[in-house]
Amino acid sequence: MRYSALSIIKNGLTGNKGWKPVWREPDPKQHYDIVIVGGGGHGLATAHYLSKKYGVTNVAVLEKGWLGSGNIGRNTTIVRSNYLLDGNQPFYEHSMKLWEGLETDLNYNVMMSQRGILNLAHSDAQRDAFARRGNAMLMSGADAELLDIDAVRDMVPFLNFDNARFPIKGGLLQRRAGTARHDAVAWGYARSADSHGVDIIQNCEVTGFTIHDGKCTGVQTTRGTISANKVGVCVAGSSSMVMAKAGMRLPIESHVLQAFVSEGLKPTIPGVVTFGAGHLYISQSDKGGLVFGGDIDGYNSYAQRGNLPVIEHVAEDMMALMPFLGRARLLRMWGGVMDMSMDGSPIIDKTHIDGLYFNGGWCYGGFKATPASGDAYAHLLATDRPHETATQYHLDRFARGAMIDEKGAGAQPNLH
Amino acid sequence: MIIHHPLLGPRDASEFVHLGDATLLSRPDWQADDAIAQFHEYLYQRENPAGEYRELWYHEQGDRSWLIITRNTLTHEISSVELARDVARKGSAS
Repeated sequence: MRYSALSIIKNGLTGNKGWKPVWREPDPKQHYDIVIVGGGGHGLATAHYLSKKYGVTNVAVLEKGWLGSGNIGRNTTIVRSNYLLDGNQPFYEHSMKLWEGLETDLNYNVMMSQRGILNLAHSDAQRDAFARRGNAMLMSGADAELLDIDAVRDMVPFLNFDNARFPIKGGLLQRRAGTARHDAVAWGYARSADSHGVDIIQNCEVTGFTIHDGKCTGVQTTRGTISANKVGVCVAGSSSMVMAKAGMRLPIESHVLQAFVSEGLKPTIPGVVTFGAGHLYISQSDKGGLVFGGDIDGYNSYAQRGNLPVIEHVAEDMMALMPFLGRARLLRMWGGVMDMSMDGSPIIDKTHIDGLYFNGGWCYGGFKATPASGDAYAHLLATDRPHETATQYHLDRFARGAMIDEKGAGAQPNLH
Repeated sequence: MIIHHPLLGPRDASEFVHLGDATLLSRPDWQADDAIAQFHEYLYQRENPAGEYRELWYHEQGDRSWLIITRNTLTHEISSVELARDVARKGSAS
């Protein structure tokens, strides 16, 4: 189905009875060339690029629950490519470019809004670090601007510039960054993959892998056994539990990250503002709600909910940075389960089991990576070689000492 | 979360910091032939269970004791709290 202004008017005038489901609900076949485990953003993106870009259409996406029931439905919708290290920044800039063309690629409105992201600096050292980061961004082909205090004042005059502990000294701005409608991203990719022949199978939990002599030849599911030439696992949040079924231990801990939405307010905050020194980021949705969050809670959790100390901390940060929001009421809050890796960077790689591939460890940055993760994983699954922007995301990098540690925090996931 | 400290009674979890899996108490033998592989497992690889989990917490804003807490990662329910030094003496960290 193609959408147009005409189809919206026509269906609007006829009681919206003309809309049809945009993807099929097929029963699983006996065999696929590639089975993707996990029907979230990354799994659906992988199916889209596999079928559209790499020409592999005999593909199934197996999802335990409903499409997009994991972190693609639980994030704060921010899209950016403002990383420092070689292993990361070209990959995220590739993702940013895919975001910019995504609506055309999918013929689907993902409400991509390049409203910019501003990282605030509060000390000379932090400003210098941002200058370095901005240079790394420029070298990767991304955009970056170092703002002095006057430029920050012009842009977001309502901030508390004279906080005693964290006075604002400047900031790093990426204008091409922004937000996208998270559910629409999942739906758009699902619709496209389906239209290219991919079977999207919901309510189908993988209960085990068929592995003989070091080769994976399929999966067992709650809807029967499915054989496959290649199996790609893509279940960030539950990676350890799923890969344990293949006898693997991962350099990953699952942590909870909370997010919050306020009641709808008049347009206030033009883009995304981050207050890294205090652990707060905030933007305003098109509906007017302030969407904000802070750090992970810091302990292992699969509960999809957090605890009060982080909520208080985020509220205190908000009062420190934007005191005028003190009377805004919290509308809702939730928690998502993060694959926190040991160096804060993701993994897209083959495993030691032939035919079994792994994509995970996205920490709290999986949403922005969705297009590039799908493209790079599809490239790996189709060609057995890593995508040119994802050559360092190996599973064995910890054994080789080749970590990609943006924060330099070491092997402690709750510090990344 | 309320953590029932063995010496101080019920304390708010915000007084504590979380380190990680209790197996971190059992450091490998650095003179073993496969010490590098053992330390890689020790430092980077995690069981990461959904369910009962034994983990190290540090009472930073309190008496600065290390605790081993058994907690369910699906419900956040804490079923036991021990002083890490007692566990280490018994040699049952893992």
